Amino acid sequence: MTEPLLTVRNLKLDIPVASGTLHAVRGIDFELNRGETLCIVGESGSGKSLTSLALMGLLGKRILRKADQMTFDGTELTTMSAKELRKLRGGRMSMIFQEPMTSLNPAYTIGDQLMEALLLHQPVGRAAARARAIELLEKVGITAAESRLGQYPHQLSGGLRQRVMIAMALMCGPELIIADEPTTALDVTIQAQILRLLVDLTREMNMAMILITHDLGVVARVADKVAVMYAGELVETGPAADIFATPCHPYTRGLLRCIPLPGKTERGSELGTIPGIVPSLVGEVEGCVFRTRCDYAEAACREAIPHRTNGAHRFRCIHPDGMRHAEEVPA
Amino acid sequence: MTDMNANDPLLQEVSGPSPSQILIRRVVTHQGLMFGLAVVLLLALVALFAPLLAPHDPYAQNLLARMKPPVFLGGTWEYPLGTDHLGRDYLSRLIYGARVSLMIGAIAALISGFIGTALGVSAGYFGGKVDAAVTFLINVRLALPVVLVALAVVAVMGGSLQIVIMVLGLLLWDRFAVVMRSSTLQIRRREYVAAAQAIGASTPRVILSEIMPNIVNNLIVVVTLEMAHAILLEAALSFLGVGVQPPTPSWGLMVSEGKKMMLFDAWLVLIPGAVLFVLVLAINLMGDGLRDVTAPENRS
Amino acid sequence: MFLILWSTPVLNFILKRLMLAAIVALTVSFISFSLMFLSGDPAAALAGETASGEDIEAIRALYGFDRPMLVQYWEWLGSALSGDFGQSYYFKLPVASLIADRLGVTMTLGVCGISFALLTAVPLGVAAAIRPNSFIDRLSLFLSVAGQAMPSFWFGLILIVVFSIKLGLLPPSGANSWRHFIMPTIVLGYYAMPAIMRLTRAGMLDVLSSDYIRTARAKGASETRVLFKHGLRNAIIPVVSLAAVQMGFMLGGSIVVESIFALHGAGFLAWESIGRNDLPTVQALILIFAMFYIVFTFLADVLNAWLDPRMRSS
Repeated sequence: MTEPLLTVRNLKLDIPVASGTLHAVRGIDFELNRGETLCIVGESGSGKSLTSLALMGLLGKRILRKADQMTFDGTELTTMSAKELRKLRGGRMSMIFQEPMTSLNPAYTIGDQLMEALLLHQPVGRAAARARAIELLEKVGITAAESRLGQYPHQLSGGLRQRVMIAMALMCGPELIIADEPTTALDVTIQAQILRLLVDLTREMNMAMILITHDLGVVARVADKVAVMYAGELVETGPAADIFATPCHPYTRGLLRCIPLPGKTERGSELGTIPGIVPSLVGEVEGCVFRTRCDYAEAACREAIPHRTNGAHRFRCIHPDGMRHAEEVPA
Repeated sequence: MTDMNANDPLLQEVSGPSPSQILIRRVVTHQGLMFGLAVVLLLALVALFAPLLAPHDPYAQNLLARMKPPVFLGGTWEYPLGTDHLGRDYLSRLIYGARVSLMIGAIAALISGFIGTALGVSAGYFGGKVDAAVTFLINVRLALPVVLVALAVVAVMGGSLQIVIMVLGLLLWDRFAVVMRSSTLQIRRREYVAAAQAIGASTPRVILSEIMPNIVNNLIVVVTLEMAHAILLEAALSFLGVGVQPPTPSWGLMVSEGKKMMLFDAWLVLIPGAVLFVLVLAINLMGDGLRDVTAPENRS
Repeated sequence: MFLILWSTPVLNFILKRLMLAAIVALTVSFISFSLMFLSGDPAAALAGETASGEDIEAIRALYGFDRPMLVQYWEWLGSALSGDFGQSYYFKLPVASLIADRLGVTMTLGVCGISFALLTAVPLGVAAAIRPNSFIDRLSLFLSVAGQAMPSFWFGLILIVVFSIKLGLLPPSGANSWRHFIMPTIVLGYYAMPAIMRLTRAGMLDVLSSDYIRTARAKGASETRVLFKHGLRNAIIPVVSLAAVQMGFMLGGSIVVESIFALHGAGFLAWESIGRNDLPTVQALILIFAMFYIVFTFLADVLNAWLDPRMRSS
């Protein structure tokens, strides 16, 4: 097997706060092959967005990043100079953000901002950049692309702006695209369109994608791999098929109970909820972070938790099968 | 599960300080605010007890003791800060000058605060035509050159303490109106205002008991800043010879009188100006500090 | 660019704004005219304290103060619109030409002052916003706090003591060469600097934490490009308005600076005329300084509409 496009080993993100250190992300590992789609799921505050910003090197100055390994196509990202990293950003890896309404610069036209993405990385003229911008605007389904180039962001709707953001991310033909809840801020009808577009384009252009979302319905449709984050930890990760067929971590199963699945959820039956709140991550955390909300918590959960591996499917729980047998519906 | 979580370190919350404790701590640890408060308090006490503190009569001329240098320039402790061209004790005039500055600043800020708050709150509360009219008035007021208009009025009506105070009070309401208008606009949209209106509270009652308590923080901040503004303007007017008239001890007037002898005795200008600078600085720091500690985004 | 500027919404905005400016100007003209009637009897004020009753009556008839005030205002406004502000009581010359002679100095001072303020305040504000709590941030905070408390007449005198009297480097008064303008520029500019600096810093801090700055970084733009092309371009928009407003205030406030440095500009003329009870000159000067403010704020709004695409088409 070839080397993965992206490898992350033991990534830690710490934020100094008034009452100590907030361990926002605590030692996560994952890898991603070319052309694959990895979905990172989890509640708000679980560290998904921070993880994606850490990959792009876009963390705020206050946040400390540590990792044993973080390689993109064999190059270590943590030791890279700012200049080399800039070459990578927007060139070979690019990002789409959650807030299309505010992610475009209000002072410049769509065309200027699209062309800038290409001109920063490739030695092409403005005419070529303009042609590429039109090509991509058409590709993301914007009609009358040429006339849009002269418009300002405030003249476009949220859905259109997110399409522009996607076009901008694709300007240099990246190998990896990170989309951080790209549809959360949009109308429900637009959400599906944008997501479809994103997935189609990644397949067509053979890009790897990290899609951050809390929508498991979306994950079920698009993911090759799934990583479930809870309170700064990756509690379960593996091929999408395995995760959905045999979810091992009690938290993953809790999440899955929260969504209606066609054919699986009975009409009229109640959807699940996970009671309790996410614990504070300030200070050292011993043992399993989910124990305060877990139905199967025991005294041993406060001690070191083993990593359990089944091929590419990994999870962390003191119970060998994450107590899956207790919930197995008798066939 | 509940038993399990009873003393789980993951759920241990440190009990935080109360809001008033937080506010006090914020005030006490705000260096600018504490410095400003201390200086303003000190000068206010000096102004209040001027007759007890001043070593001489600030008006008494002693033609035999003219232009005595201050102690640090070789003078005697008889006149710690020296004497002016009429032989009046400089320290005593400075001490009485604090009365003039603080009184003018405080009363002018009160008058302009009253006008500006009335205009700003009605504009924000009633909106529509009232708002348009007030905005227009603010525009007109801002277009008038303050120093020039104050000079002209004082020149026409004669320079006295009362007239200077009135002119400044009638001219400096613009910032009150602007700030109170936008603060009222924000509060007006809140649910509790609608609730008060819904239960049939009268307009004055809604304004006094629902709106005012929520914008009073901003009002206090503007009062301090405008007080500093008024003190500076009075000094400038007196310096130009159309503010407080001699022989009243005003710091601006003292700088103006000292200007003629600046070539050899720069201290005559430096001392009153420095005191004026420190007082205005202290009031501004107090205002900025109050804004910092009471700003809604800082409130937990 | 100008084609965009003349689109219908912008044109409407400009027309509306122009109307407002005209009404404000009219109101200001009435106020500046009626200020002279505050004492109740302009003739008595003009004649001075030693004048006899007959003298006052003579002056009243000569200047037409015996007619209703509104009639006098109407006449005054009519001639003011055609550039005639009457005769100066003191110089016995047309006020308009008197002021025209003096405006050059005041305008030079105003332009130098605002340039000095912008050239110090904007770089300091930007530097402070890029590195909050750094030495440069503290320095600019100190400069702005001190500037807001500094009585400009005192600051001017200190500069004279240091640079003219002690060091003998700069002339203390007059307007014969560019060196005469150095100290007045610093004093007047320092008056406008704190507000501009604070707004630049706050605007820049706000912009730098915005999503589109993150987008620019994610594109791989260099830090300089992020700060200036994407950041400052947006943060500078409100600063332009403020600078125009400050320019208006500064011209009105140049009276103090001109009197310290004996710069014979319009502010100095105003100061002299007030001392001489020269009412037509004072009235005209108040109106002219107010008009400067009105024109500058109007230009600032138009410039803003041009700089901010959101205003251009909304």
